[in-house]
Amino acid sequence: MKSIADKFTKTAPKAAMLLTLAAGLMLQGCGGVEGSSANAVGSAQADADAASKVYVAPGKHDELYTFMSGGFSGQVSVYGLPSGRQLKVIPVFSQNPENGYGYNEETKAMLNTSFGFVPWDDLHHPKLSRTDGMTDGRWLFVNANNTPRVARLDLKTFETVEIMEIPNSAGNHCSPYPTNDNEYVVAGTRFSVPVNPGGEYEDISFDQYKEKFKGTISFIKVDKEHGDMNLDFQILVPGFDYDLANGGKGPSSDWIFFTTYNTEQASTLKEIGASQNDKDFLAAINWKLAAKYANEGKAKEFPAHYYHNKLDEKSHIAKSEIKKKVRVLLPEECPGLIYLIPVPKSPHGIDVDPTGEFMTVSGKLASIIPVHSFSKMLKAIEKKDYIGEIEGIPVLRYESVLAGEVKEPGLGPLHTEFDGKGNAYTSMFVSSEVVKWRIKDFQVLDRIPVYYSIGHLVIPGGDTKKPYGKYLVAMNKITKDRYLPTGPELAQSAQLIDISGDKMKLLLDFPTIGEPHYAQAIEAKKVADKSVKMYSLEENTHPYAAKNEKEARVERKGNEVHVYMTAIRSHLTPDNIEGINVGDEVYFHVTNLEQDWDVPHGFAIMGANNAELLIMPGATQTLKWVPQKAGIVPMYCTDFCSALHQEMQGYIKVSPKGTKAPLAFSTGAKKPRS
Amino acid sequence: MKTTSTILLLIAAASLGLLFLFPMWKIYLQAPQYPEGLEMHIWVNKISGNTEFTLQNFNILNHYIGMAKIEADSFKELVYMPYFVYFFIGSAVLIALFRLRKLVLPWVGLLAVASLVGLADFYMWLHKFGTNLDPQAPIKIPGMTYIPPFIGSKDLLNFHALSLPAIGGLGIGLAILLGLLVYLLERKAGRLERERNNNTPYYTLKNIQA
Repeated sequence: MKSIADKFTKTAPKAAMLLTLAAGLMLQGCGGVEGSSANAVGSAQADADAASKVYVAPGKHDELYTFMSGGFSGQVSVYGLPSGRQLKVIPVFSQNPENGYGYNEETKAMLNTSFGFVPWDDLHHPKLSRTDGMTDGRWLFVNANNTPRVARLDLKTFETVEIMEIPNSAGNHCSPYPTNDNEYVVAGTRFSVPVNPGGEYEDISFDQYKEKFKGTISFIKVDKEHGDMNLDFQILVPGFDYDLANGGKGPSSDWIFFTTYNTEQASTLKEIGASQNDKDFLAAINWKLAAKYANEGKAKEFPAHYYHNKLDEKSHIAKSEIKKKVRVLLPEECPGLIYLIPVPKSPHGIDVDPTGEFMTVSGKLASIIPVHSFSKMLKAIEKKDYIGEIEGIPVLRYESVLAGEVKEPGLGPLHTEFDGKGNAYTSMFVSSEVVKWRIKDFQVLDRIPVYYSIGHLVIPGGDTKKPYGKYLVAMNKITKDRYLPTGPELAQSAQLIDISGDKMKLLLDFPTIGEPHYAQAIEAKKVADKSVKMYSLEENTHPYAAKNEKEARVERKGNEVHVYMTAIRSHLTPDNIEGINVGDEVYFHVTNLEQDWDVPHGFAIMGANNAELLIMPGATQTLKWVPQKAGIVPMYCTDFCSALHQEMQGYIKVSPKGTKAPLAFSTGAKKPRS
Repeated sequence: MKTTSTILLLIAAASLGLLFLFPMWKIYLQAPQYPEGLEMHIWVNKISGNTEFTLQNFNILNHYIGMAKIEADSFKELVYMPYFVYFFIGSAVLIALFRLRKLVLPWVGLLAVASLVGLADFYMWLHKFGTNLDPQAPIKIPGMTYIPPFIGSKDLLNFHALSLPAIGGLGIGLAILLGLLVYLLERKAGRLERERNNNTPYYTLKNIQA
């Protein structure tokens, strides 16, 4: 199979695009048939010393964390590198019955949107927060592609702490891209939709795409100290599809770049309709100028309706705030704000090299990789070297901005990252390979096959000023025969590649969850030292917390019953509860009294219709339970906490509806009835 | 009394002051699931651990074997002991400043006796906690007691316990040694002085009385 691929790579780049696509499909198609030979190729690629390079001895820690998006799982998964060991799965946009995220009373509000409760999403791009162009290990920003949202994860706790909906967007793919010093996290819409300045419903048909459909680029301001997000303003942009973005660095720090497709503005069969123009655009936005315009009152206030959900650090309770307006900048009123630069059609990744001078655009249908120059862009702007204008936005001349083209790179270039040693690495979806090329002269230096159909790739810090150019991880879309079969649905596959030498070397295959669209990797020390071991019980401000067993109690308010429960090795207090009737709304507020490392307690009730709880030391979590049947119902701890975990259980007596049984509760020695 | 002795005695007093800055004794516990270790710190006026919550975690673990809760309120000694330390520091300072050579040895002796009483008390507490177990304890092993080592190490179920004096405790030892040193220096000085006195025409008090 390798030889076929090689042959294609050598002979096909100049062939017609349809032919290459067909070749790609054929390559994918034969993977299953020639599985064993593919395996042989894969193992032949790995050097004999590969094992020692990825071996992290028992009890030793990995060199790097990598945060991979879960795609349709709506989660982020965390792996150690170089071992590829999975460390954690963090629920973000999806409910997680395992720990109650999105089910318990505290975190339900995290998933509120203007569309109602949306307990799932398609999470594509993780981006680490940065200080002066370098990752700082404080937060991870991720996007929801489906119901437009941006979330912030706190890397002290590895928890989702904030989710903000993006108004006037329909498919938040081009997101969330931080500027050089984390001033803004920027989000562009994948689907343009009608945006009405009045905010009211307008009867618009699909034929009106060109005049009525608009894109938006949202600028989310990030609090320097706490990371809290705030939608500062949006820019209303032409009705294209906005795909990916990246902030500038060094000389280009004030700029952020976006790839666009469907500049044809087709509203149907985009597969064809959006692939007609030979060139689409790279949009360059001067975000510093945009912020200035917004602050000078150039922005118009549009009515909006979007949710902003935040988790309080001390009470662990999420609250939703509904926001009603958004400031919008119109490019035609803001000269110098935005420029369009032609690039080969339907580009995907836009990646700025560590020096901040070169913008690499990977066009999946292009036979070359264009590299644009930031300094030439500034000169072209200065000379007004425009070839036209779209909705008041100047279009620069391709040749005037171009620094050079990587010729015959491979098929289906998608995304590029950098090693900090003058080289770039581009993923090739169709020819299933990673191609290494030199930025200085655009020469291809090396190529390595990946298994199969790579989407994005990540080099730790590969999108920063100073990459940690030792490893590259390929995130592949197709797995087929790489692991033991698991029926029709397979894990996704990642490959770890050593890029420390002249030749790339395959080190490791490891399966991943969901579908990682992109990942970020960071030196472990930037995160590990700040990781908290538990929450402070003393600082717990949850209004229903019982901070010691004496505070444990049961209270009734009409048909609402609140159980202030405590959990500590190895008992729940109270563990005998009676006086509950069928149909009561019972809230179990369980506080984990432990102040020890790695002693969570679980809480589960037979027949609960939502989920269980997993309560970290010092925290309070609430499970709502509406008993449906009279009888004795067991409850217990679901996390094997101690030698007597199996004994950490109790009973609730549920009486038929209308019974006037008094509330009573106890643990061990009977307490007087309350 | 020589200036050196005065200084040494003041150092001895200061080294007793360490008791208020550092624990006197530490019990280190290690178990497979506690790679970070647990340390119980016994001070002259409190009981603590290497973290804010160690004592609570000690007690949680100990409740499985029915050991009584270890808390500062259980120990009256923690209230009295600081006064004894104040007394020894104060008296050392007075002896040093007023150069009361004769009181050096009694001070050392008293401090040594107080320390021995303290150690005996500590031993008794260890014995009491290790043997006075709740008969309803979930984990009962016939014949097993859980007396932590007084000094040195010992295995207690899954825990390996190591008990050692800490800086505060070593401070007492140093104070005793310094006191002894002062006593010896002064005895030598006294002897020299007496010899010098014998060679002079002046009468000593003893000679007059005789």
